Amino acid sequence: MGELAIETRGLKKSFGKTHAVAGVDLAVSAGGVYGVLGPNGAGKTTAIRMLATLLRPDAGEAQVLGYDVVRDARAVRSRVGLTGQFASVDEDLTGVENLLLLARLRGYSRRRGRERAADLLDAFGLAEAADRQVKKYSGGMRRRIDIAASLVVTPELIFLDEPTTGLDPRNRNQVWEIVRGMVAEGATVLLTTQYLDEADQLADRIAVIDHGKVIAEGSSGELKASVGAGSLHVRLRAPEQRAEAERVLAGVLEVPAEPSADPAALSARISDPERVARSLAELSRSGIDVTEFALGQPSLDEVFLALTGHDAEETPEEDAA
Amino acid sequence: MNATSAEQASAPVTEDALRTVLLAGERPSRPGPVLTSLTFGWRALLKIKHVPEQLVDVTMFPIMFTLMFTYLFGGALAGSTQEYLQFLLPGILVQANVMITMNTGITLNTDIQKGVFDRFRSLPVWRPSPLVGALLGDLVRYSIGSTIVITLGLVLGFRQEGGAVGVVLSVVLLLVFSFCLSWLWTMLSLILRTPNSVAGVSMTVMFPLTFVSNIFVDPKTMPGWLQAVIEVNPITHLATVVRGLMHGSVPAGEIGWVLVSSVLLVAVFGPITMVLYRNKK
Ligand SMILES: Nc1ncnc2c1ncn2[C@@H]1O[C@H](COP(=O)(O)OP(=O)(O)O)[C@@H](O)[C@H]1O
Ligand SMILES: [Mg+2]
Repeated sequence: MGELAIETRGLKKSFGKTHAVAGVDLAVSAGGVYGVLGPNGAGKTTAIRMLATLLRPDAGEAQVLGYDVVRDARAVRSRVGLTGQFASVDEDLTGVENLLLLARLRGYSRRRGRERAADLLDAFGLAEAADRQVKKYSGGMRRRIDIAASLVVTPELIFLDEPTTGLDPRNRNQVWEIVRGMVAEGATVLLTTQYLDEADQLADRIAVIDHGKVIAEGSSGELKASVGAGSLHVRLRAPEQRAEAERVLAGVLEVPAEPSADPAALSARISDPERVARSLAELSRSGIDVTEFALGQPSLDEVFLALTGHDAEETPEEDAA
Repeated sequence: MNATSAEQASAPVTEDALRTVLLAGERPSRPGPVLTSLTFGWRALLKIKHVPEQLVDVTMFPIMFTLMFTYLFGGALAGSTQEYLQFLLPGILVQANVMITMNTGITLNTDIQKGVFDRFRSLPVWRPSPLVGALLGDLVRYSIGSTIVITLGLVLGFRQEGGAVGVVLSVVLLLVFSFCLSWLWTMLSLILRTPNSVAGVSMTVMFPLTFVSNIFVDPKTMPGWLQAVIEVNPITHLATVVRGLMHGSVPAGEIGWVLVSSVLLVAVFGPITMVLYRNKK
């Protein structure tokens, strides 16, 4: 493991009775994408805002790029970029005005600022929208200008708070490409997400957080391994044999088999890979033809369910207020 | 051209271009507080350019008030509308500026709600500069408002006896006072949750503040306790000063009063605002 880009110990923040962040220890090494995965209200934004020096921790410590977020806030600010969860540029201004504003605030001359803004707009496919007010941008364009605004001075560490929430798959892919591009150039990205596949796709390491606490940490492979061997997916030639196949599989695997959306398919979580071969043999002995079978790793969805006892995308009740 | 077609026309993110911008290792030196404040002031002007509707309070309020008070109440209050206009106009100038200061708080609160303030607060700049810059931008609004009131007054027959010097001095004092008073609204906007509640509370403060003063009528006929209240209202002193300057006298003592209350406003509400701003949740 290289040097640490972020290190926190016992980080806490409460709002009244809500323990938004309830003691978080993180160690994020430099380079690559670190994913913070958690449902709505888990405390992701609060954690990021403390790391970006916007919010003072109630307790605990955090070092970002070696600087303390409270004592050396200014050093942190000049080295990180923050793309907040909500609008992080001025909607009334045009794309180029927003970038020029930030460039001037970071010390660029007017002329160099304009050049920098133009380069950024080009790189993010926004050159044609440069002179349009941001409020007239589409969702994907908005997200791109939000991210571009964090790169006016190339940061060593970038915080992206739910960068793809609400985007369609095409725009989500574009944001993923940007993230991969930034990492390829040596940046460290801390990204929060509610989407399991996003963490799976992008992050080298993932912290799963729920109710302000880290409940699991590791690579996506490690997280998956921690909840068991995965599942067996089977597809039958004859859909009408599915009920019987369910019985056979359940008998051998000693776990319930579940019908899939496909009327000829079913799947079962497995705890013991040894039994898989036996279950397939048993199906064939019972005269059930199998056309396809696959042994899948558990999805992060299953990981989340196993870790928290509730679905990742389900909102905890106390959030209703 | 709509957003969708433009988006399709524009090339998606290109790897090479992205690499180039990321590798540009330029690290300009950190700009000072004056430059960053002025830059935020520039942002405020851009917003006026893009959303000119926001000047309604700056233009319509003063016009409406001048016309309404002069023609509805002028005759009854001062014998003739012309006589009343001589008394009222400097007062309206004060009221217009004080009203315009409210906008500061509402704008700031909107910024906070939308999230763009998080970005500003995450920048390595002198911390008060987003607030100071917004207030500097507001100076333009006060100037527009003042110009409109004075022009309207002259058209309606206001006799401007203090000359250009009187006008310029009045406007300068109005700008100073308004800038200082704005810190009250920035403070409120950091305490209250929504732009609407900021507007509501501001109005509740604003109406007594401007009406319980000598802006509209001479307080001589009012009960003694009310006169006492009016006497400590800084708006009263500001109106007296502007009235004096516009009519050609220099009420030095009153000018001192206005400057002292301006300094007090900043000294009290400035630091509170900054503490709230730093610790904003
Ligand atoms: N400024 C605030 N005031 C009061 N409660 C807050 C504030 N910000 C967040 N919370 C609460 O803290 C919890 C965590 O919120 P947040 O960090 O935004 O979660 P996430 O980003 O994971 O959705 C939630 O219950 C939320 O309602
Ligand atoms: Mg969030």
